[in-house]
Amino acid sequence: MDAIFLQILNGLDKGGAYALIALGLTLVFGTLGVVNFAHGAIFMMGAFCAVTLEKLLTLSVKVKDESVTFFDAYKETPYLELWFGDTGTAIIDWSVPLSIILAVPVMLLIGIVMERSLIRYFYKRPHAEQILVTFGLAIVLQELVKAAFGANPIPQGAPDIVSGSAAVGAIFGLGEAVVYPWWRLIYLAFSLITIGLVFSFLHFTTYGMVVRAGMADRETVELLGINIERRFTIVFGIAAVVAGLAGVMYTPVLPPDYHLGMDFLVLSFVVVVVGGMGSLPGAVAAGFLLGILQSFSSMTEVKDIFPGIDQIIIYLVAVVILLTRPRGLLGRRGVMES
Amino acid sequence: MSNTKIVSPKKDMIFMAILSAVVLTMPLWLQPFGAAYPDLMQKFMIFGIFAIGYNILFGLTGYLSFGHAAFLGVGSYTAVWSFKLLSMNVIPALIFGTVLSGLFALAIGFVSLRRSGIYFSILTLAFAQMSYNLAYSVLTPITNGETGLQLEQADPRVLDRMSGIEADASLPTPNLFGIEGIGYSGFYICAALMLISFFIYLRIFRSPFGLKLRAIKSNQNRMGYTGFSTRPYLMTAFVISGMYAGLAGSLLAVTDPLAGAERMQWTASGEVVLITILGGVGTLIGPLLGAGIIKYFENIFSAFNDTVLLNAFSFLPDWLAHPIASVVGLFVGEGWHLTLGLVFMLIVIFLPGGIMEGISRLSRLLFKREKTEPKSDGHENKEKEQTSAGEV
Repeated sequence: MDAIFLQILNGLDKGGAYALIALGLTLVFGTLGVVNFAHGAIFMMGAFCAVTLEKLLTLSVKVKDESVTFFDAYKETPYLELWFGDTGTAIIDWSVPLSIILAVPVMLLIGIVMERSLIRYFYKRPHAEQILVTFGLAIVLQELVKAAFGANPIPQGAPDIVSGSAAVGAIFGLGEAVVYPWWRLIYLAFSLITIGLVFSFLHFTTYGMVVRAGMADRETVELLGINIERRFTIVFGIAAVVAGLAGVMYTPVLPPDYHLGMDFLVLSFVVVVVGGMGSLPGAVAAGFLLGILQSFSSMTEVKDIFPGIDQIIIYLVAVVILLTRPRGLLGRRGVMES
Repeated sequence: MSNTKIVSPKKDMIFMAILSAVVLTMPLWLQPFGAAYPDLMQKFMIFGIFAIGYNILFGLTGYLSFGHAAFLGVGSYTAVWSFKLLSMNVIPALIFGTVLSGLFALAIGFVSLRRSGIYFSILTLAFAQMSYNLAYSVLTPITNGETGLQLEQADPRVLDRMSGIEADASLPTPNLFGIEGIGYSGFYICAALMLISFFIYLRIFRSPFGLKLRAIKSNQNRMGYTGFSTRPYLMTAFVISGMYAGLAGSLLAVTDPLAGAERMQWTASGEVVLITILGGVGTLIGPLLGAGIIKYFENIFSAFNDTVLLNAFSFLPDWLAHPIASVVGLFVGEGWHLTLGLVFMLIVIFLPGGIMEGISRLSRLLFKREKTEPKSDGHENKEKEQTSAGEV
């Protein structure tokens, strides 16, 4: 029972990341009709927003270490600590959550620039060419990040106060031994909140309503005199922000390196396909579903019966779905049903 | 190039003869380019085979597979196992590698070809990732996991032992009845195989079968209306291209008997897509050109480092040389993939027909008056793509 509970948490947590990336992917596909292979790279760049901020905050200067009296010792002290004392240390400690503030405008800008300068020329080109050009873009982006930050993963710490584990077992009455890292619980909550925000933006604001109308029938919306293309550009920016934030918050879980994006891209594509291309609830549902399936299949009991199942379960599900229900779990009838 | 025109077999023979001459004299004319060493030339040949095989599928039928590296990997593993168990002779290794990848392609194609368009791409991608993940985890007894499959002194090598060939102190090398699989002799083995595969590929291009594949690309529905079931043709094309990939994979194992799972990763599949697009999708010779160019520049560019660059810019004043060298340094050496990505993007954006389209555009520009009917296949390709785009 304990194990199952933990696996569900694990799955929800992983699924949160999948869902966030897939949400942006499917949003872009639903609005612009573009298959964006560079979306994983956007996730990766979000993660490197956190790295950048941490590097900025910890800009250091050599100061004499007063605690050593035998000889002249120097230690690196961040400027922030010198200037603000304990407040500065706290700011550095909270660098990952603070990166969100940096990541939102940066990712929005990256998304909009990307859409205006490249993606918009590919609306009418075949999907294969969209895949190819965004694949090329993904390579370029990840190589740029590699040139700037090096090839090694750069670990990021969660704030001290949440770096431990939560005794979730006690809360649910499962015994004290069941613990789970705080940060991953936060990640789960964060992803749920972000998903909620995106949905309420689309459903409860006029802007979002117009976007949804444009997804359903672009021509009519344009005939009504609305510049739907500009709104779709903003939507692309929002998708980039969502993926970027997913990347920022994921850094304490997995130290980011430059090919993080490629690793997540394939998985999130599978999530989108399973959920149904262009379907937002589908992407979220499939993200959590596949996350949970994956964590269950990595239990030793399951692995004893089907060795290696944890490595392939996601792809296996995708293959079965594509063959039996090509529009995906929650896909609209007639969308991409070839 | 005249894809749809009937080309007389004689012309094809002349073409083959010229190609053979060009390929076989590579060690001579590549000298001035600094590429005339066997390792690199073998790579040209191997990735040429991989790319022309891929072109049979992607170029002719328009099905974008993102999982071809899986077949390359299967070919490599099979070849190394053949070296380990049977003999260091390359012939069984190549045969087993090709056949097994063909069977593997049959299984994957059977499932993946039920869907078309982007779903086909994702299905092949899913299968390739499955193979990659399994090769790293459960299949470790077969693939030796992260270390990669290697030859050992104590391998059985049944056939070799039966014919009295014992390994001496050093590890045995793959050979063709005593001709070494590395060095210049190795290059000629690869070149011969490449020419044979190219000949088969040429025949496929010219055959009615090839024409049907092209019909599938231009309009699958209409093809169905005329009474052809497209599936068997697609299936055959998929298996053939899988076998080409397997052959390339086994040749990789011949040049360096070590097989690792990273050959199956989806970015490796991306590489063959890059090669084919760069050279020219659906053109006869384009993929070969693409393979040569990418492998050449990969080799040359990767060799550049900061010192070389600083030397190259030493004629400039110091304050200028350093920044320029560091900017250029982004694109060469470690950053060679950046250049590749940029070039690839530019090609897809401006020149979807690849280098071959560029050449035909240039020649049209230069010999405008002489040509009464400008019929280049880059142009035709574009038309085809547009029609298929209209249907999506």
